[in-house]
Amino acid sequence: MLRCIKAIAFGLVASVALPNAANADINIGVTLSATGPAASLGIPERNTIELLPTTVAGQKINWIVLDDASDTTKAVTNIRKLIAEDKVDVVVGSTITPNSLAMIDVAADSETPMISMAASARIVDPSNPKTRWVFKTPQNDALMADAIAVHMKANGVKTLGYIGFNDAYGDGWLAEIKRSAQTAGIKVIAEEKYNRSDASVTGQVLKLVAANPDAILIGAAGTPGATPQKELVGRNYKGKIYQTHGVANPDFLRVVGKDGNGTLLPIGPMLVFEQLPDSNPIKKVSAEYITAYEAKYGKGSRTTFGGHAYDAYLLIAQAVPEALKKAKPGTKEFHAALRDALEKSNVIGTHGVFVMGPQEHNGLDNRARVMIKIDNGQWVLAK
Amino acid sequence: MDLSIAALLTQDGITNGAIYALLALALVLVFAVTRIIWVPSGEFVAYGTLTLAGMQLGKPPGTVSLLVGMAIVAGLLEVYVCIRRGEIARAPRRLLLWTGVPCVIAALVWWSAPLNLPFPVQVALTLAAVAALGPLLYRIAYQPIAEASVLVLLIVSVAVHFTLTGLGLWFFGAEGSRTPAFASASFQLGNVNVNVQSLLVVGTSAALIGVLYVFFGRTLYGKALRATAVNRVGARLVGISPSFAGTLAFAVAALMCAFCGVLIGPITTIYYDSGFLVSLKGFVGAIIGGLVSYPLAAAGALLVGLLESFSSFWASAFKEVIVFTLIIPVLLWRSLTTHHHEEDE
Amino acid sequence: MTRSRAAHALLVVALAAAPFIVPQFWITLGNYIGLYSIVTLGLVLLTGVAGQTSFGQAAFVGLGAYTTAYLTTRFGASPWLALAVGMAITLAVALMLGFITLRMKGHYLPLATIAWGMSLYFLFGNLDFLGGHTGMTGIPALNLFGFELRDERRYFYLIWAIALAALWATDNLLDSRPGRAIRALRGSLAMAEAFGVNGARLKIIVFIYAALLACVSGWLYAHLQRFVNPTPFYINQGIEYLFMAVVGGAGNVWGAVIGATVITLLKEMLQDLLPSVLGRSGNFEIVVFGILMIALLQFAREGIGAWLARILPARRPQPVPEAPPLATRERVEMNGPLLDVKRARKQFDGLVAVSDLSFEIRPREILGLIGPNGAGKSTTFALISGALSLSSGEVMFRGEPIGNLEPYEIARRGVGRTFQHVKLIAQMSVLDNVALGAYLRGEAGVIRAALRLDRAEEARTRAAAAHAIACTGLAAHMFDAAGSLPLGKQRIAEIARALAADPVLLLLDEPAAGLRYREKQELAQLLRSLKQQGMTILLVEHDMDFVMGITDRLVVMDFGEKLAEGDPAEIQRNPVVLEAYLGGV
Repeated sequence: MLRCIKAIAFGLVASVALPNAANADINIGVTLSATGPAASLGIPERNTIELLPTTVAGQKINWIVLDDASDTTKAVTNIRKLIAEDKVDVVVGSTITPNSLAMIDVAADSETPMISMAASARIVDPSNPKTRWVFKTPQNDALMADAIAVHMKANGVKTLGYIGFNDAYGDGWLAEIKRSAQTAGIKVIAEEKYNRSDASVTGQVLKLVAANPDAILIGAAGTPGATPQKELVGRNYKGKIYQTHGVANPDFLRVVGKDGNGTLLPIGPMLVFEQLPDSNPIKKVSAEYITAYEAKYGKGSRTTFGGHAYDAYLLIAQAVPEALKKAKPGTKEFHAALRDALEKSNVIGTHGVFVMGPQEHNGLDNRARVMIKIDNGQWVLAK
Repeated sequence: MDLSIAALLTQDGITNGAIYALLALALVLVFAVTRIIWVPSGEFVAYGTLTLAGMQLGKPPGTVSLLVGMAIVAGLLEVYVCIRRGEIARAPRRLLLWTGVPCVIAALVWWSAPLNLPFPVQVALTLAAVAALGPLLYRIAYQPIAEASVLVLLIVSVAVHFTLTGLGLWFFGAEGSRTPAFASASFQLGNVNVNVQSLLVVGTSAALIGVLYVFFGRTLYGKALRATAVNRVGARLVGISPSFAGTLAFAVAALMCAFCGVLIGPITTIYYDSGFLVSLKGFVGAIIGGLVSYPLAAAGALLVGLLESFSSFWASAFKEVIVFTLIIPVLLWRSLTTHHHEEDE
Repeated sequence: MTRSRAAHALLVVALAAAPFIVPQFWITLGNYIGLYSIVTLGLVLLTGVAGQTSFGQAAFVGLGAYTTAYLTTRFGASPWLALAVGMAITLAVALMLGFITLRMKGHYLPLATIAWGMSLYFLFGNLDFLGGHTGMTGIPALNLFGFELRDERRYFYLIWAIALAALWATDNLLDSRPGRAIRALRGSLAMAEAFGVNGARLKIIVFIYAALLACVSGWLYAHLQRFVNPTPFYINQGIEYLFMAVVGGAGNVWGAVIGATVITLLKEMLQDLLPSVLGRSGNFEIVVFGILMIALLQFAREGIGAWLARILPARRPQPVPEAPPLATRERVEMNGPLLDVKRARKQFDGLVAVSDLSFEIRPREILGLIGPNGAGKSTTFALISGALSLSSGEVMFRGEPIGNLEPYEIARRGVGRTFQHVKLIAQMSVLDNVALGAYLRGEAGVIRAALRLDRAEEARTRAAAAHAIACTGLAAHMFDAAGSLPLGKQRIAEIARALAADPVLLLLDEPAAGLRYREKQELAQLLRSLKQQGMTILLVEHDMDFVMGITDRLVVMDFGEKLAEGDPAEIQRNPVVLEAYLGGV
């Protein structure tokens, strides 16, 4: 038993002592959801982090990556650990909105800048003493929902049905699409929810088909987005089917098969960068990222989620030289300087052009979205 | 809601209910023989589907490495037990059985994966591989503590569930898969479109209920297996080996779950973590059957399937709330009508 | 006692000093360990001791967290008020849920806990006013006498003060009159009810206790993190609490802290060590965690706490204090029989087990009830003790009809009993087992016990139990675990327990079964000495030598009817009896 105690003590001491970074190194802590319900979002993010360079502006960077298993308590524990033990200068994370919201207080209290990879605008808005420390790289759901509403209006859609996840992602999308639809004069006449792991969505789909809206939006992420789609097609639904950027990965294409043809979704331009005009500055940045990603993980393995992590890196890479002029890494002044530099960002990322400001901690505009269509198992820019 | 919608919902409910029923049957089987509440049953279903999906894609599925790993551990445990008992002569045969056979299966799967063999052969190999995991799991995780209380066995089951889910994520990735159907035909029954694959699922459940009911209720062998759960020492004294009983129960249950996985792969997308909720609903069915009766367990599972189907239509956001709240009165009714004697710890 | 007092004091000092010495992250972990310990403590009591497996504690944590989140953010209410409201709501919900689910026995109960756990989780997630799945932000920090508890280090004191208070209260509870009853809930309920324990009521009380602890933990969690959303209250967390209880050792209150500590630290260590071993961070933590848990449970089946208890030197038992005796029953000299069975009949559908049986037991006599197997002796015994109800006829005790009273009501009137299969609580000491017999002579309830206000009554109860043990000659084994005694002594311990209830009539069900010759002699001696002290005894027995040597009179039954009655000599000569039972002429 004594040995047991020694082992545990050693482990604890080691965990304290291990990240023995030299003061001049920059420590970047990352907490993401590589397991749990949000795994299909977190795994590409983690894959991207593993590709990132370990020096910026001549400084060595230590990437410390922790998994929070899609759980809020774990995300908060992770950020506390990263700040207290690993002495990080900036935190990237988390993958999903509830985790990010929970982390805000910790980031603000410890005055450490945080870049979230989650969707909801609530993470950075409204601007207050806490959220001044927080930034985010994904497009706000509102931006994407507007894209769908605009497209629908242009195509004569008057009524909309919705079926989405019974979790934060689905809830967020439902709220946004209702708002955007209302602005565009479109009525949401049916709302259904389902769970990721449900074996069937027959009941929900029957209700939707009975309501017969002009278009249906599926608010899901990953391959579970295919389940209602296949069911709808199977029940001979003839209206337009919209998906969200959550399904923009190759596995979705694999599972949905030919039932996916004609699906419309708004995403960041990086996914179809080859089809962008050369004049678009995003094309070059996306090409760099995606070529590197697919070289390691296989052709066609690109996802939009990985892009959010890469964009976080780009923001940091641009802010670090600025902050280095004011303070040394590892100090409170450096963190504050980093935050200030991030707030002044004007960076071309894979998802769009980030123009940050004191009230604008996301910084993306309409350049950050394009409508695409699934055509024969390929992502194609929609006109 | 009109009649045609009700018919469609009923069909959906029955199909889902049949899936849960297959799991309920496996749970009752394992509990009746070993007193283990087999939470990881869902993982075996998922492994069945995903292994087959892997073979369909031409890649050797991760199940192979798990099989080999567990085979080695089991073999070592067996040899250790032989040495401790001073029966070294038995060691080679036990090693052959516990390590040799699973490794052969694993090798077959690994070798045949890229060859794109005919579908029935792939199914057979999948079933063999996943079913082999059952007895190995029993040997490694449960046999040493087979006499522990039901609560401890349950906690061990939960730990196994975590392990298999985590390994599933590593082997199969976070995204799901579907597998080809045995029969892609479908026909009209009235104005309801019935597809043959669903019928297969329901039919298999029904057939298995019958077989299990007869086997465990009427045959001597079945009763012997049940006896080991009630009184291990007594069973050993009359010549029934509890470890053999447990191994057999796990093999059969794993086979059932793997077959369930292969059957439902075409109907729905299966993920590395699909198993948990499916086995939970199967568990509800099994409990309604008192963890003893096969027909009642299947009926309970069917009830869950139908409740789910109809509440998805009525109030999809609160579907889970409705299903789980309505289960409680059913449990209360079953508990009050069952003759119960205290389990002495 | 002083040794563990010293250990406790050391713990308190260490906890008080910790926030000043240890690294910040250890305090973070310490806070979570404290939160989990509080919930797990309730589970140790509910599942470990009382045997009601519950997966739904996470839902009660959620109730506590959401109540305070809602009230403090939407209404600006004081968090302390929100705590009170949360506990009230939890009490109401637990009462309702407990009432429904605790009637379920066996395996129905755990599933029911899963069912409402899931229901509550999805309810939290789908109600917009609770923030839905996204959650509620902006929960204010706690304010204690002007100190804002925003800093983790200050919060550490609050959490551990509450955790230690809960541990103290629960430890007190287990070492008291209701505690003995709670220990009997798992596996010995029928026995306990014969001594006056109201099993259903006690189960609900324990359930509510565990729910309230979970609610407090949820309240603390909400004000620590200042954000709530449904995911921490999902079934996964409920399973994990149960994990902690079992791994820590579900029989002991410290098991809660041990379990919470081990699991939390293990997960953190895996998160730190695995990436350097396996090269990448990821999902291996859960795999290794699962494997370690399986291995752990193979070596420490009863949990780490129990394993530690075996290694550490045993606590010296507290000596029984001198105390004034408990109130004893009034002993009225009666004319007429003490127990009068009048044409008692018990019918099970078509089968008549006891057919118009009449006999009486006079004060201070030992009456034996004998007969071949299936004669109806056990049924008669059950009718008298209240385990079965009469189909017709009457049983009068001290002139009062007791025919259809509950077992504990009969016990309260002065009828003590033993059981055919020894029903002692094996892990409890003989003293505690015997003290359970005195349940009806005390009145300390759960709250008094938890706050340790019952010491005076407890001392008297223990003294009474010690007296009963001394009477039966088991004083040397007073502090041994009851399960460790040989069968003969266990049967005597059962008699001691029956004596602790201060009975006037003792019902003994086959007390000599399975005893060796020497043990039977000791038993006979005990019965004789009890009779000398004024006890009346009814004995159901098969051992003819034993019976003939000890009884004053015998009643012989066959086929549910009285065959003969008389003193041993007469019975041995009675031809009908000989024909039916004693081997023929």
